[in-house]
Amino acid sequence: MAKSHVTMTVNGKTIETLVEPRTLLIHFLRDQQNITGPHIGCETSHCGACTVDLDGKSVKSCTVFAVQANGGDIRTIEGMANADGTLHALQEGFREMHGLQCGFCTPGMIMRAYRLLQENKNPSEEEIRYGISGNLCRCTGYQNIVKAIQFAAAKINGVAFQEAAE
Amino acid sequence: MIPGAFAYHRPSSVKEAVGLLAQFGDDGRALAGGHSLIPMMKLRLATPANLVDLGGIADLKGIRADGNDIVIGAMTTQHDVIGSQLLGDKIPILREASEQIADPQVRYLGTLGGNVANGDPGNDMPAVMLCLNATYQIAGRAGERRIAAREFYQGAYFTALEAGDVLTAVRIPIPAAGHGSAYEKLKRKVGDYATAAAAVVLTMSGGKVGTCSIGLTNVAETPLWAQEAATILTGSTLDAATVKRAVAAAEAITAPATDARGPAQYRTKMAGVMLSRALARAKSRARG
Repeated sequence: MAKSHVTMTVNGKTIETLVEPRTLLIHFLRDQQNITGPHIGCETSHCGACTVDLDGKSVKSCTVFAVQANGGDIRTIEGMANADGTLHALQEGFREMHGLQCGFCTPGMIMRAYRLLQENKNPSEEEIRYGISGNLCRCTGYQNIVKAIQFAAAKINGVAFQEAAE
Repeated sequence: MIPGAFAYHRPSSVKEAVGLLAQFGDDGRALAGGHSLIPMMKLRLATPANLVDLGGIADLKGIRADGNDIVIGAMTTQHDVIGSQLLGDKIPILREASEQIADPQVRYLGTLGGNVANGDPGNDMPAVMLCLNATYQIAGRAGERRIAAREFYQGAYFTALEAGDVLTAVRIPIPAAGHGSAYEKLKRKVGDYATAAAAVVLTMSGGKVGTCSIGLTNVAETPLWAQEAATILTGSTLDAATVKRAVAAAEAITAPATDARGPAQYRTKMAGVMLSRALARAKSRARG
């Protein structure tokens, strides 16, 4: 099959290349671009480990063809830390609140939480849980992931983070 | 999990898309949000030689009022439906049902048109469309035509669509002001299809049901419009005895499969439970 010519921006860098139309975005990122932050967990659109930000939407990159992202603006976990190397508030939150154990789901969780906080600056616990319902974590039981996102929201909003009593 | 090879086409107009799909016939498939088709392609249950991506056709997007109807472009996503103030004000059942489809990532890409046109009995929107008496606008080789949602579904994955057809928009008559609605869905977990679900739109007048329409999801090969149940309820106060009779009438038209979601009898009973809950909630939201 003829390859398609694609141009897209990934973490601020322009990529121009040829892809087979059947190449999934996750395989394009990981295998062709060596951007291995987005993970392959289930490969069946369920687990959310492959979540990236595409044109202001959280998408499961295992369920998008790379050609569909032609002209698009993509952000992955590799593009989250600040230029000076300091962590994004969400990364800091996951570290401070122990929002990960094995870490496999974390890149997807953070990218999903990033878009959630873009759309809702101060989500309730329920809104966070609903907002990350497309991302599975098999270690934490989600409690500390929710706290990590609350921590990040507080930091971005410039208010003190107060851990809810359990 | 790599799909079979295909040629990719990205038309910029409906006319061009129809031309391509007509030319390819059984060797071509339209790609909308891709969240039903791409998983099927990864499993090689679908192996189209040509994929016609509708994502580049601006005319297929958007939500607008047109007289007494609201017209929703087929490529409007579930996320767009949830965010629409117009729909939230006029047809809130669409937001409520959309919020129960899959998960946030899927809703960013999954489209209303794909959901109603795919013919998958597990999809939520078809029963809502039967309930609302929507009409589908279809572009095909012979030009534009309209088909009532209530005439559209023929069997699992079999619809009134023919080769070369593109569903371009869904046209929904705006329910009466003060109506109440609810979509009640039982599912095992986030992202699952319904074990059973019920859509209700009703109006109340002087404490009695003025009009009532009911749709049922995933309890037969097609979505179901429970006409007899709605007739039983019309004119009643939704008293327990009448609701019981209506629930029995709705259960009687179901024919669910026994699958991982439960035995057929259980799923039929759950359709009844979802219906009685949806009726109660729709009533509580109705004025009059």
